[in-house]
Amino acid sequence: MTADQGGWDGPEPDRLYVITRGRSGPSGPGVFDLVTLIVSRAEPTPALQPEHAAILRLCRSPLSVAEVSAYLELPTSVVTVLLADLLDDELIEARAAVPAAELPDRALLEAVIHGLQRL
Amino acid sequence: MDYSGSDTVVGPAGTDLLPDTVTTAVKVVIVGGFGVGKTTLVGSVSEIRPLTTEETMTQAGVGVDDPTGVEQKTSTTVAMDFGRISISERLVLYVFGTPGQERFWFLWNGLFEGALGAVVLVDTRRLEVSFEVIGRLEERGVPFVVAVNGFPEAPAVPLDELRGALDLPDRVPIVACDARSRESSRDTLMTLMHYLYELAAPPAR
Repeated sequence: MTADQGGWDGPEPDRLYVITRGRSGPSGPGVFDLVTLIVSRAEPTPALQPEHAAILRLCRSPLSVAEVSAYLELPTSVVTVLLADLLDDELIEARAAVPAAELPDRALLEAVIHGLQRL
Repeated sequence: MDYSGSDTVVGPAGTDLLPDTVTTAVKVVIVGGFGVGKTTLVGSVSEIRPLTTEETMTQAGVGVDDPTGVEQKTSTTVAMDFGRISISERLVLYVFGTPGQERFWFLWNGLFEGALGAVVLVDTRRLEVSFEVIGRLEERGVPFVVAVNGFPEAPAVPLDELRGALDLPDRVPIVACDARSRESSRDTLMTLMHYLYELAAPPAR
């Protein structure tokens, strides 16, 4: 694909395509929610793709997928592909968000209300 | 191709790190038209400097203003601002702001999936966007409350009148809000949480 006169505004698609090696993110709800918490389970090694290494460094403390996306300045659809690689290799732990089908239970809401009161 | 950012990615500041004890994250969504104060509200309640995540839409521009009338493939980048509130050692709440116009609804799939609920932020000068948003949330079954951001230059409309204008069911709370104020924005989120709590209550026998 060559850069044409029409141009893209925003991220360069060529670069994003290379980062994910041509794979696109899941279109529907996948393993990763925007607020799935990612925690590194290994230190980066030189053999890793730079983006994978950057994620391992970022997630030494828990970070949401949205935060990883923001700090890497990559679209979430790209970040989730990278995270799936790391999860497959057991280099990260993913702490899943509250399951989608479940209504929030009252205990959870009580905790949120209590936390907000202290804000 | 080198990814120049890999060694220089600036992560969260030391004070913004979440403890490893955090196991669960939940989210709420602030939805409204441009300039209605979503980002301001997110910034008011967030413990971290609000962050921005981008998503690209690369498809035929359905609903995108096209003055030429020629159908073309478009790439739209949409930014979503979000903030974070630590609730407890185990629980963290994320607050996302997202534009309400129909052409951005493609963002909603991942966003509302698993969200506790939404705050529809209303500017009384542009009710039509809120009207569309409310209809869409009802369709999707997302519980929401309505908050009217009080712009000094906007006409002060009694909340009851707004409820009528927005065709809002009686059970849906509507509150006035000052998105610049941490306390007022916090209270708006509290209104949503109390409403969700009521909805989660077992039905009376």
